[in-house]
Amino acid sequence: MIEVKNVTKSFDDRTVLHNVSAKFFPGKTNLIIGQSGSGKTVLMKSLVGLLRPEEGQILFDGRDMMRMNISEQKELRKEIGMLFQGSALFDSETVLGNVMFPLRMFTEQSYDEMRARALFCLERVNLKGAEDKFPSEISGGMQKRVAIARAIALNPRYLFCDEPNSGLDPKTSILIDELLRDITREYNITTVINTHDMNSVLGIGENIVFINKGHREWVGCSAEVYTSTNETLNDFVFATRLFREVKEAHQLRAKN
Amino acid sequence: MIITDSLATFGRYCLFMKRVFTLPDRWGVTARRTVAEISKLGLDSIPLVIVISLFIGAVCAIQMQLNIMSPLIPAYTVGLATREIVLLEFSNSILCLILAGKVGSNIASEIGTMRVTEQIDALEIMGVNSANFLVLPKIVGFVAFMPVLGILSMTTALVGGYLVAVFTDIFTISRYVYGLQALFQEWYVWYGLIKSLVFAFIIVSTTAFFGYHVKGGALEVGKASTNGVVASSILILFFDVILTKLMLQ
Repeated sequence: MIEVKNVTKSFDDRTVLHNVSAKFFPGKTNLIIGQSGSGKTVLMKSLVGLLRPEEGQILFDGRDMMRMNISEQKELRKEIGMLFQGSALFDSETVLGNVMFPLRMFTEQSYDEMRARALFCLERVNLKGAEDKFPSEISGGMQKRVAIARAIALNPRYLFCDEPNSGLDPKTSILIDELLRDITREYNITTVINTHDMNSVLGIGENIVFINKGHREWVGCSAEVYTSTNETLNDFVFATRLFREVKEAHQLRAKN
Repeated sequence: MIITDSLATFGRYCLFMKRVFTLPDRWGVTARRTVAEISKLGLDSIPLVIVISLFIGAVCAIQMQLNIMSPLIPAYTVGLATREIVLLEFSNSILCLILAGKVGSNIASEIGTMRVTEQIDALEIMGVNSANFLVLPKIVGFVAFMPVLGILSMTTALVGGYLVAVFTDIFTISRYVYGLQALFQEWYVWYGLIKSLVFAFIIVSTTAFFGYHVKGGALEVGKASTNGVVASSILILFFDVILTKLMLQ
């Protein structure tokens, strides 16, 4: 479990995160949602150690990341996988090379063992046969899946995903969401997904943390989103007519 | 303001170099990347070095002949002066200024693009020292290969002068070759090579620094590339003065 306790982060005079606390559970798809500029990306970057908050604690199964020395942080990072918004695949490597990269850097496996593991991960994300292609030769959705395969290559305990659905068509978005949910359950990973995709919120949100103007505004699961009386959350999640109709249908079904 | 900004940039450069010069996580991976960088930064520069050196050597020889036509000056001076120019300045300082454009912009844009597409963040999150992983092989590879480029440039430039003698009647081959051999000081070759090693380090480290610290998008990558080339060119000229003073006086 990852626990965030009273985290505050500022840039110059502007405080982006105000005393934020949240819990992210293993085996569940944990979502951080919020409007653009609400501070969710800053929270995500603080969680993975790319930014250092001024105050608070970030506990990875009780280990405080902010009190770790460099070698302890390095060890912790081997337990972390991350899926970036733009996939962040290495252009000069093939799909197989990208997935094998963390294995080459952090394991003592032979080439055949690394290749077998990488091929297994690629098969897990339904990308068998694409191993010799370069990132520029595959679609955005495939790039996301390669990035997921790379992220799970080292059997991480924690998986962070920054806007995994951005730039993808709805069908591919759902495939990515389902893949992340299945992998999370299968390997009991603590998965934290930063998103403002409402399909993801209502579809796979098992633990949702809503950030608004740098504050933690609301916490719950996707079923509770429908019944929440929090106006800011309702304005955000059900902003479009389609989702308002979805909510009405859901409430009607609940009544009947 | 300019002084404090420059000092702050120098401080960041020193911290960056401290991260670059740490022991690699995987020696095998670093060695393979170094070989790849030798190919990309060094071997791929050979055609440019040959073309430029050949023409500059030829132009130097012609200019010498045209500007020192006097019965008081021995005819072999053309070869001697061409050789001295090539060994002392062209095949290290001028060559490195040209390579700063080719190699430097390549490095800054490559690393800058990796920064803006979050590839460097991906390395950091994996626990890889990205500065060391990306920049050390480039520095080692290019600095190690620079003497090859330097010697190739010296040879080609002198051949350029020789070809002028072969294909024109501006001066004779025998006088040119005699001039090349006259009053030769071996130290000048070493001096040129030492300078080129320092300049190679400046080119890679400076442009990598600018690329690594890019913030923004494609526009900023372009700016960083330009700034890196300009800064490395100025530093090459600055260190040229210092090294010449230290090693020749």
